[in-house]
Amino acid sequence: MSTNDDSQWPLWEVFTQGARGEPFEHAGSIHAADAELALQNARDVYTRRGEAVNLWVVPSNAIVASAPSDAGPFFDPGNDKPYRHPQFYVAPRGVRIF
Amino acid sequence: MAAPRHTAVANPLAEYLQRLGDDRLVLGHRLSEWCGHAPILEEDIALSNMALDLIGHATSILALAGAVEGQGRDEDALAFFRDGTAFRNALLVEQPNGDFAVTLVRQFLFDAYSVLLWDQLSHCGHEGLAAIAAKSLKEDKYHLRHSSEWVVRLGDGTDESHARTQRALDTLWKYTAELFERDAVDDAVAAMGIAVDTAALRSLWDGLVNDVLQRATLTRPPETGPRRGGRTGRHSEHLGHMLATMQSVARAHPGARW
Repeated sequence: MSTNDDSQWPLWEVFTQGARGEPFEHAGSIHAADAELALQNARDVYTRRGEAVNLWVVPSNAIVASAPSDAGPFFDPGNDKPYRHPQFYVAPRGVRIF
Repeated sequence: MAAPRHTAVANPLAEYLQRLGDDRLVLGHRLSEWCGHAPILEEDIALSNMALDLIGHATSILALAGAVEGQGRDEDALAFFRDGTAFRNALLVEQPNGDFAVTLVRQFLFDAYSVLLWDQLSHCGHEGLAAIAAKSLKEDKYHLRHSSEWVVRLGDGTDESHARTQRALDTLWKYTAELFERDAVDDAVAAMGIAVDTAALRSLWDGLVNDVLQRATLTRPPETGPRRGGRTGRHSEHLGHMLATMQSVARAHPGARW
């Protein structure tokens, strides 16, 4: 199959909000020529069974992503630094612990 | 009640409901013909979704029509075991898909009508019909948004898309007048509390359509030689071919359940 880079409309990332107040979550991506049709397409592909009360569409090329090769230095959780975790600290008597 | 302007029908309410149901069944089937064939995956999904919505509306309406008729026909019997001459859909919705512009212009012209009609019927005096109208209105509003955005982009797009969209509009325009015609059936159901203000409907439709055509840089065609007959079972040659396909499985396996 030949390359068909020009046959597709721009790619958009779709974010859905399941209920008011909830965070928007990435649902997937769609192709669309412009923002209004991106919303339409996102609605059809990702929200038609009541999955969302709100939609964001974002041009995929507007997303700045970390590279997998950054995984080490970028995301090192620092497990050797226990004081980063709240469990490290002893709660004073009388403080209700949830 | 005004004097009948056509041959009186035995059960005007059943007849009226069949008109509403058949419009949506036939258009829904036409849209479903794009399944697997639309220009891109997203549009394939959109058109198939709209097809399902319309067939869903038709199911509710034809079930009600069967109940009102009282002869033991359910929505499946009405959809799959009536011949073309018994169908009451407007000629517009049975027109073939053509290219993408024809499909979207046909959809837009009907969506604009359907949204305005449901809006009126959602306040009508028949509780069951009003409920179906209110439910269908929500989905048709989305359809109208989809089809009008597409008409604007196709009309105000490239020279090629503009020419094709104008051609589609010129071809389909003569079928729009039928949507707003009144006959004895309309008068009879109006007497039962299902009155549609056709003049208001037409005027709102004109405004809505003109606005979109202007945004789409398309020219509204002149009103010449309107085509009619669908409401009394006189259809174009296209309906029979469509029904042959649509009804083939149900007729080959009558009563089948799965």
